[in-house]
Amino acid sequence: MTQTGNLIAAKTIRITGLVQGVGFRPFIWRLARETGVTGHVLNDGAGVQIEIHGRPDSLSQFVWRLRPEQPVLARIDRVKVRDAECDVHPDDFRILESREGGVQTGVVPDAATCPDCLAEINDPCDRRYRYAFTNCTHCGPRLSILRHIPYDRASTSMAVFDMCPACRAEYENPADRRFHAQPTACPDCGPRLWFEGAEGGETEGDPITVAAGWLRQGKILAVKGLGGFQIAVDAANEEAVAELRRRKHRPAKPLALMARDLDQIRKHALVCDAEAALLQRAAAPIVLLEKAGCPLADSVAGPFDRLGVMLPNTPLHHLLMAELDGPIVLTSGNLSDNPQETDNAAARRQLASIVDGFLMHDREIVNRLDDSVVRLDELGLLMQRRARGYAPASIRLANVFQDAPKVLAMGGELKATFCLLNGQDAILSQHIGDLENAPTFADYKRLLTLYLDLYEFRPEVIAIDAHPQYLSSRYGEELAREFGAKLVKVQHHHAHLASVMAERQIPPQGIDYGIILDGLGWGADGTIWGGEILKGSYAAFERVGHFQPVPLPGGAAAIREPWRNLVAHLRAAFGTSYREHLDGTGLSEALSGKNTGMLEQMMERGVNAPLSSSAGRLFDAVAAALGISFDRQSFEGEAGMRLEALARPFMDEEMAYPLDIAGGEPLRLCFAPLWRALLTDLRKGVSPGRISARFHLGLVEGVVGILLRVDAKTGDAVMLSGGVLQNALLRERLPDKLRRERFKTITHWTVPANDGGLALGQAAIAAVQCGHPAEWRHLPAPS
Amino acid sequence: MTHGGGGRAMTELIKDLFHRHLKNPILDQGHDAAVFDAPPGRLVMSTDAHVISPLFFPGGDIGALSVHGTLNDIAMAGAKPLSLTASFILEEGFPLADLERIVMSMARTAREAGVPVVSGDTKVVEKGKGDGVFITTAGVGVLPEGVTISPAAAKPGQAVLLSGTIGDHGVAILSKRENLEFETELRSDSAALHGLVADMIAAVPGIAVLRDPTRGGLATALNEIAHASGAGVLLQEEAIPVAPDVEGACELLGLDPLYVANEGKLVCICEAADAGRLLEVMRSHPLGRQAARIGEIVEDPDHMVIMQTAFGGARVVDWLSGEQLPRIC
Ligand SMILES: [Fe+3]
Ligand SMILES: [Mg+2]
Ligand SMILES: [Zn+2]
Ligand SMILES: [Zn+2]
Repeated sequence: MTQTGNLIAAKTIRITGLVQGVGFRPFIWRLARETGVTGHVLNDGAGVQIEIHGRPDSLSQFVWRLRPEQPVLARIDRVKVRDAECDVHPDDFRILESREGGVQTGVVPDAATCPDCLAEINDPCDRRYRYAFTNCTHCGPRLSILRHIPYDRASTSMAVFDMCPACRAEYENPADRRFHAQPTACPDCGPRLWFEGAEGGETEGDPITVAAGWLRQGKILAVKGLGGFQIAVDAANEEAVAELRRRKHRPAKPLALMARDLDQIRKHALVCDAEAALLQRAAAPIVLLEKAGCPLADSVAGPFDRLGVMLPNTPLHHLLMAELDGPIVLTSGNLSDNPQETDNAAARRQLASIVDGFLMHDREIVNRLDDSVVRLDELGLLMQRRARGYAPASIRLANVFQDAPKVLAMGGELKATFCLLNGQDAILSQHIGDLENAPTFADYKRLLTLYLDLYEFRPEVIAIDAHPQYLSSRYGEELAREFGAKLVKVQHHHAHLASVMAERQIPPQGIDYGIILDGLGWGADGTIWGGEILKGSYAAFERVGHFQPVPLPGGAAAIREPWRNLVAHLRAAFGTSYREHLDGTGLSEALSGKNTGMLEQMMERGVNAPLSSSAGRLFDAVAAALGISFDRQSFEGEAGMRLEALARPFMDEEMAYPLDIAGGEPLRLCFAPLWRALLTDLRKGVSPGRISARFHLGLVEGVVGILLRVDAKTGDAVMLSGGVLQNALLRERLPDKLRRERFKTITHWTVPANDGGLALGQAAIAAVQCGHPAEWRHLPAPS
Repeated sequence: MTHGGGGRAMTELIKDLFHRHLKNPILDQGHDAAVFDAPPGRLVMSTDAHVISPLFFPGGDIGALSVHGTLNDIAMAGAKPLSLTASFILEEGFPLADLERIVMSMARTAREAGVPVVSGDTKVVEKGKGDGVFITTAGVGVLPEGVTISPAAAKPGQAVLLSGTIGDHGVAILSKRENLEFETELRSDSAALHGLVADMIAAVPGIAVLRDPTRGGLATALNEIAHASGAGVLLQEEAIPVAPDVEGACELLGLDPLYVANEGKLVCICEAADAGRLLEVMRSHPLGRQAARIGEIVEDPDHMVIMQTAFGGARVVDWLSGEQLPRIC
C-alpha cells in the first residue's frame, strides 16, 4: 500500500442495469489497467460496485469510458459516482468475490453466438471446433438455463457438467473472454449432441451431418434449440413442408425460417440495412421481411407477402445451416395448442407423430423461450412476440416511477405475459402463450414463481384484467390473498393505452389520447370493447369514442368464424332487411350455406350475442365479405393478416371508404356508409385488394375523425396500441394522418401492441393508482 | 285464479286438484304432516326449488322436473328415495288448465318413480310478484348399508364415468324459451336416476362419488368434485358423448356443451378396477345406454379440471361464474 499523495484520489462507483453475467468485471479490470487506476470491483445483488484510486484525470477517464466501451450484452442503466475518503490506496486492481444483497440487477437475455465463438467452432485447430455448445461472456444461454439467483454455474442447468482444467483456467482468468462465463464448456466436459430416429436409439456418425442429410431428403426433424424444441424441414421442398403442416395440424399460419447468412436470406426476401442489423443482433429474432426473389415452398408463407426469417443463434444452428444449401423451416416444436416442448422425454413422446428424427442434447432447458418475432417500419421496431433475446431485460419507465410500490401485473389470457414493477424497472416476462391451454397455464404459474424468486419480489399490489373469466385474473386474486397484496382491476384497453405510455416513458402528470384498435376486452360498462378512442393517463381514462357496437353472434364462435361477423355487421348497417342490399354482390350465395336465420334469431333475442365494439371483428367481417377466411380462421388474426397483405399494393392509389361519426358522448364510429360503398364495389367487381385498401384508408380517416371532433388540440400526443395495430398498414398510415392533423403519434417499440404488452400497462396503472404522490391519482380537469 | 276475497274457494279448488291427481294413502290421511314408518338405516333428505322458463318444454315440464330434481339429489347420495313433498307458489291469474297439466305430470312422474308425494302446500301471490309458478320439492330417502358417497372421496387413479350425452336439457330449454328453430326438436333429458343408481350400487357398493351435472353442466360438477377432493380431473374430449343435434346446436349458438345443464345424467367416480363392470351395468339400464368412461382423477395440487383435446392439446376447463363470455382478445 502506498501512502496518500496529494495527487491520488478515490471514488466509489455503483452501476446498475444488466451488468452481471456479461463479462462486466473483466471489462472493468481491463479498463482499470488501461487507465492506470487501482482498486477493486465486485458483484452484489444491486449490480456492480467499483472502487478506483488514481490521479484525477485517470479517474475521470475511467468513468468517462464506462458507457461507450461496455460489453456487448451489458446495459448500464445508472452510474452513481461518489468521492471516497481513503487514506490508503491499493497497488493493484482486483476482482473480489460476489457479495449477496438486495436484488436489483437484471437477468440478462440469451444471446446469439458471438463472432469470436463462431470463429472457434469453424477453426479445425481450435479445441471447440464443431462444438455445438460453445459460448462466452458475450454470448450463449442465460435465462433459458437459469434456475435461481445468484447467477452462477450452480444455479443453472450447467451445474451437472464439471469443468475440465482447460475450461476452468479460462473461467478463472480475468483476461479471458470466458472469465466467469457460467455456461463455459468444451467437448471434453460439456453437453453432448446426438441424433436419434423417431423409434429411439442413437444414430452413428456426426449428428449434425446426419441431421443435415435427413433434412436434404425431405425428412422432418425435431431440433433441441436454445429455449425449446423446434421442428425443421427443408424450406424449398413443397412436399415436405406440406407434410409438416398436415402432421402439425397447422393449415395456414406462416412458418418461420432460418437461413445460413444474409446472402441466403437475400435470395428470398428484401433486406434493408436496418433489417440486416436487426437480424444480426445478439437477440437474433425472427424478422418479418418482404418476400422477393426465388420462391421457397409455396406453403411456407401461403397467401402472405412476408417471410419470418432468423439467422442461426447457437453454434448448433450455425453448424447445421453450414451443411445445408438453403433455408429451413424452423417452427416451434409443439403439438396442437401446447407450448413448445423443452424436455427430451416429453419431446420424444409428444413430437413422435410429427417428426422423423431428433437432434438432441443433454443440456436441460429450464425456462422455455419462444423465438421472438419483430418487424421494422418507418417508425422503428415493432415487436410482435417478445421472448428469446429480449426477456427478461427490464423496461425503464419515467423517473417518477422510482418510488412506485412493488406491483405484479398478471397480463391477459392470450399471448399472456406478466410483469414485475420494481421502481422504475418493469420486468416483462417472455411471451408465454394462451392460458386456456393447460401446460401453458402451468408454465405461466411456474415462471411467475421463478421470477418472484429471481428478483426476490414480494408484490404489494397485484394488477389484473377486469375480465371476470381470465385465468390470469383468477390466479391474481388467489395470489393477492396469499401475499396480502392490494388487488387492482384494470380495464383492458386502458392497460393497452398505459402500455405504450409506460414503454415510451410518458410521465403520469399529463393527459393524452389513445387509439386502441383491438380484438376484444372487457369494457368498463360490462359490454365487450375493442375499437376505442380513449383520453386519459395511468390514473384514469375516459372513453371519448368507439366503434359502433355490433353483436357477436355465438360469442367465442364469432372469433373463429368470420361469416358471423359479416352477418352481424350487415344487419347493423342495413337493419333486418339487409338481404335486400346483397343483390349482385355474391354474398347472398356465399351465405346461403350458412344458417343465417338462426344467427338473426340469436341477435334478435340476445342469445349469446353480446354487443362488442371490436376492431378485430370488423376486419373479420370485411374479410368474409371478400371471401377470405369466410368459414373459419385457422389461427387468431388470420383474416386481418390476409386483408393487410391484399391491400398493400393499392394503398397509395386508393381512396378511403366513408364512415359516419354519430354524436353524443362517447362518439360512435358507424360503418353503414362503408358497407354501402363496399357492396357497390363488390357489384362492380372491384378487386379484393382495392376494396381492402379502401377499407384500411377509411378506418384511418374514421378514427382520426373522432379525435378531431373531441377537444384534442394541436400537438396533443396520441398513443397507438392494441392487437389490430400489429397491422403494418394502419401503423404506417395512422401516424401520417395524425401528423397532417398536427397530432404527435407515440407507438410501441419493444413491447408488443397486442396482449403481450398488457401486463406492462396494468403494472404502470396499478403503481400510479396505489402510489404517491396523490395528484397522479386524479384525472386533471380539462384545461 | 284470484287472490284475496275469492281466494278461499280457489285454494279449496287447488287442494282438490292435487288430491285428485297425487292420490296415495299417506296424502289421503289428510293431515298437514305426513306420517309414515321409518325404515332401518341412515336417512337422506334434500330439497330443491324449481324456477324455469318455459314451464313446458320438449321432454318435460316444471312438474316432472321438480320431481326429478329432488329424486336425483337423493340418489346422488347413493340413497333410495322414499317420499316427496311439494309446495307451490302461484301467481294470481295463472291458468288453472296449466296448473292441472303440471300437477298431472308431477303425479305421473312420481308414480313412475315409485315415490309418493305425501304432503303439499300452495300459496297464491299477487300478480307481478311471481313468475307463473314456482315449485319446491323435498324428499326423504334411505341409504343402503355400507354406502358412503361424497364429492370429497375422489382419489387419484379413479375413473370418471358419465351416464350419457351432455347438454340436452340446457339446449332444449334455451331453444324453446327463445323460440329458436332447429331442424330437429331438441329434447330435455329430464329423468329420475335412482333406479340406475340402485343398479350401480348393487354391482359396486364402493362407488366414491355420484353427481348430477345440472346447472353449470359437466364442467361445474367436475370442478366442484376437484375442489372438494383436492385432486385434479383429466378428461378425454373424444370420450365425452354429445348427441349430434345438440352438438350442432351448440356449435351454432357458440355454447360449450361442457357448461350446458343436464337433468337426467350422472357422473360417477369409482376405482379404475370397477369401471368396466360398472359401465356394463350402466349401459344395460335405459338411462345409461350411452354411458362412457370419460377420464380419470389425477394428482394435482391446484385441483384443476383439464381436458385432453383431439389433437393432443390440453385445455383448462375452468369454473364459470355467470354466462359464457368470449375470453379471446
Ligand atoms: Fe387486447
Ligand atoms: Mg338441491
Ligand atoms: Zn461468444
Ligand atoms: Zn472443458
